[in-house]
Amino acid sequence: MLQRIRNAPPRYWLVAVVILFFAGWPTVISSFQTSEWSQAIILAIAIMGLNILVGYSGQLSLGHGAFMALGAYTSAILAHRYKMDYLVTIPIAGLLTGLVGFLFGVPALRLSPLYLALATFALAVVTPSLIKRPAELTGGVQGISLAPPDPPQFVAEAYGGLTGTLMTSDQWIYYITLGYALLLFWLAWNLVRHRSGRAMRAIRDGEVAAAASGINIAGYKTLAFGISALYAGIAGSLFGLATGFVSPDTFPVSLSIQLLVGAVVGGLASIPGPLLGGIFAYFLPIESNQLVPTLTWIPSQIASTVIKAGPAVSYGVVLILIMIFAPGGLVGLITTGYIRLRRRLRGTGDREAGQMPPDAQTIS
Amino acid sequence: MTQIGRRFAAIAALLFTLAACGGSAAPAAQTDVGITSNSILLGNTIALSGAAAAYGTIANASNAYFTYINNTQGGVNGRKITYKILDDVYNPANTVPLTKQLVEQDQVFAMFGGLGTQAQTSVRDYLNNKKVPQLFVATGATTFMSDFSSHSYTIGWQPPYQGEARIYAKDVVTNHSGAKIGVLYQNDDYGQDYLKGLTDGLGSNASMIVDKQSYDVTAASVASQLSTLKGKGADTLFLFTTPAFTIRSLATVTALHWEPTIYLNSVSNPQVYMGIAAKNGAALKNVTSVGYLKDPTDPQWASDAGMKLYKEVIANCSTCNVNDGFNIYGVAVAYTMVDVLKKAGTNMTRKNVMDIAGNQLNETNPFLLPGVVVKTTSSDHFPITQEQVITWSGTGWTLKGSLIDERGTIK
Repeated sequence: MLQRIRNAPPRYWLVAVVILFFAGWPTVISSFQTSEWSQAIILAIAIMGLNILVGYSGQLSLGHGAFMALGAYTSAILAHRYKMDYLVTIPIAGLLTGLVGFLFGVPALRLSPLYLALATFALAVVTPSLIKRPAELTGGVQGISLAPPDPPQFVAEAYGGLTGTLMTSDQWIYYITLGYALLLFWLAWNLVRHRSGRAMRAIRDGEVAAAASGINIAGYKTLAFGISALYAGIAGSLFGLATGFVSPDTFPVSLSIQLLVGAVVGGLASIPGPLLGGIFAYFLPIESNQLVPTLTWIPSQIASTVIKAGPAVSYGVVLILIMIFAPGGLVGLITTGYIRLRRRLRGTGDREAGQMPPDAQTIS
Repeated sequence: MTQIGRRFAAIAALLFTLAACGGSAAPAAQTDVGITSNSILLGNTIALSGAAAAYGTIANASNAYFTYINNTQGGVNGRKITYKILDDVYNPANTVPLTKQLVEQDQVFAMFGGLGTQAQTSVRDYLNNKKVPQLFVATGATTFMSDFSSHSYTIGWQPPYQGEARIYAKDVVTNHSGAKIGVLYQNDDYGQDYLKGLTDGLGSNASMIVDKQSYDVTAASVASQLSTLKGKGADTLFLFTTPAFTIRSLATVTALHWEPTIYLNSVSNPQVYMGIAAKNGAALKNVTSVGYLKDPTDPQWASDAGMKLYKEVIANCSTCNVNDGFNIYGVAVAYTMVDVLKKAGTNMTRKNVMDIAGNQLNETNPFLLPGVVVKTTSSDHFPITQEQVITWSGTGWTLKGSLIDERGTIK
C-alpha cells in the first residue's frame, strides 16, 4: 500500500491538491462567496455531463438546460409537496432525468447531428412553457420556494471546532455540491478510460469504422445521452438547493447555450475542462457586467452598449478568441503553453544532443 | 504520463490564482448595516440588458433623484444615498445570487425598487428571513401588498394590477354596457392578476367576456390569439400584456382590419411605446388605459411645479429619456423612499424603516396626479390605490373623469 502511494504518478498528487484546495476554500472566503462557488461547481457538473455527450461521443445538445429543469423540479416537488428530505431527492432527480434522457435519446439519436441539435434546442425552448401548465404541481409561474437546509448539528459543530464559526447553510450546500462533483468527476474519469468511453470516442472519430469494429452505435449513443442527462439532472437538483427557488424562467434557453459555451471554453474531451468551464460560465457574466462600467479606459459608449447587451457580449468575445487562439479550450491552452515553455527551457540542450524531449510524443 | 501530471499542476496553479483574486473577508457586521454617519447604501436588481432592458431606466431615474437629494440637500439627515444597481437580466436565477451579493458582501441597508414579479418573489423569503427590507418592489402583483402580514419586510408601491383591472371593469360597464370582451393576457401571475381583477370587478357582468387567450413570455407572436378573439366576435379588447407584446398586438389588430375598443394596462402605456406602435402601423383608435403618474409629454403639466422638479432631477441621468414614463415612475418611487428615510430620522434601523413604509405612510408626491395619496396603515398595505381613466388622443393621453379609488376592495 505504502509502495503504491509512493509510486503514484505526480498527477494523483495534483488531483489531491485540487481537492484539498476546494475542501478548504470556504474557510477562507465569506459565506456569500461560498454560495457563488457552489453555483460554479454545479455548472461544472452539468458541463461535465455535456462534455461526455459532446466531447467524448461527438453529439451536439442545445437542450441540457431542460434536463437541469427536470432535475430541479423533481427535487423541488418531492421536497415541497411530499415533504421528503431534499438531500434524498437529489439522486432520485438524477436517476429520473437520466432515464428521461435515455428515452429521449432513443428517437433523437436517429437524427443527423444538425437535426439532433435542433431537436434538443426545441426541448430547451418548450420546457419553460411546459413547466407552467400543471400549475398545481409545479407552482406555475410563481415557482417553488425552498427553505435553505441547515447543516446537521455534528457537522456544524465539527466545522465550528475547526474554523471558529458555525457552518452556515451556504457552506453546507457547498460541501454537498463538492461531494457530488467529486463523485461524478471520478465516475466520468473512469467511464472515459474504459470500454464504454473508448467505444464513444471511436464513434465520435468515425462512425462507420466504429460500426465495422462491432460497436453498438445506437446503444452507446443513447447511453451517452442518458448519462449526460443524469449529470444535468443532479446539477439541476443541486441548483434548486443552492438558489432556494425554482421557477420556469430560471431555466431559459440561454442556460443551455451557457453550458455549451462553458464546455467549449473549458476544453472538450477533457476531465478538468468542465471544472474550468463551470467557473468561467458562472463568473464571467457576473464579473464582466460589474467590471466593465468601472474600467475608465473603455469609451463610455462601448461600455453602455456592453451593459445593455448583457453577458452575451463577453461570452461572444471570449468564445471567438478561444476558437481562434485555443481551439482546445482553456485546458488545451494551458497544456500547449506548458509544453512550449518546457521546450524553451530544455529544448536547446535536447537539440544539441540530437534527441527529442523524452516524452514529447507521449499520447496521454 | 508526466505530461498529464504537469497539466494538472498547471490547472492547480491557475485555480489558486483565480481563488486569490476572488478572496477577501467580509467586514464585520454593524448594528445598522449599510448606514454610516454620512452614508446610506441601498441595493437594487433590475433588467439592464436582455428582452426586458427597457425597464432598466427606472433604476437610473431613481438614482438621478438620489443624486439630486445628495447634491441639493446633502443627502437625508446628512447621510448621502448610494444606490447600487445590478443587472439580473429579468431572470430569477440571477436575482438570487445578486441579491445575496448586495446583502452579504456589499452590506446594503435595504433593497429598493427591485423589478419583476418572479425575480422579486425568488428573493422574498430570503430577504424576510434576513430581515432586510425589500422596499417598493417595481411590480403591481397583488401578493406583494396583500401578504404583508406573512412577509413584513416586503412592500410594493404602484397600484395593484387587480385594482387597475377593477377600474377597467367599472369603465366598461358604465360606458360600453353591451360590450363583447376579448382578453389577451400573458400567462403568468402578472397577466392572471389582471384577469382576476377584471373578472372580480365585472362580478355579475362577467358573461360579457366572450373569450380569453393567453400567450407565454417566450412566444414569438400573438397573431393567432388575436385573430381567434376577433373570430369570436369580440368588439372590446383587453391587453394584459407587457410592452413588447403590446406593441405587437396593437399593430396586429390594425393589420387584421379589426377596430375594437382597446383597454391597455398601465405597464405598457408609456407614450414612447404608443409611438413605436404607431410607427409599426397601429391605428390606435379608441384606446383606454389608466394613469396615476403625471405624463411628462402632457402639455397641461408644462408649468406644474412637480413636472419642473422632475425635469431638473432627470437632468442628473445622462441616459434617461425625459419623455419616458418609466423615468417619472423611477423618480416618484425614489421620492417616497427619501420620504421614508427622512421620517425615520435618527432611528435608522431596518425594522423602523420597514414599519414606516408598511404601516405609517401618508404622503403626497409631486410626480403623481393631483389628489393621489401614498398611504399605508396597520391594516392596509397598498401604498397607491387611486387611478384615473385616460384615453389616447393620437398624440398623448387625455385624463377623463376623476380619480377612482380602489382602496379596501382587494384583500
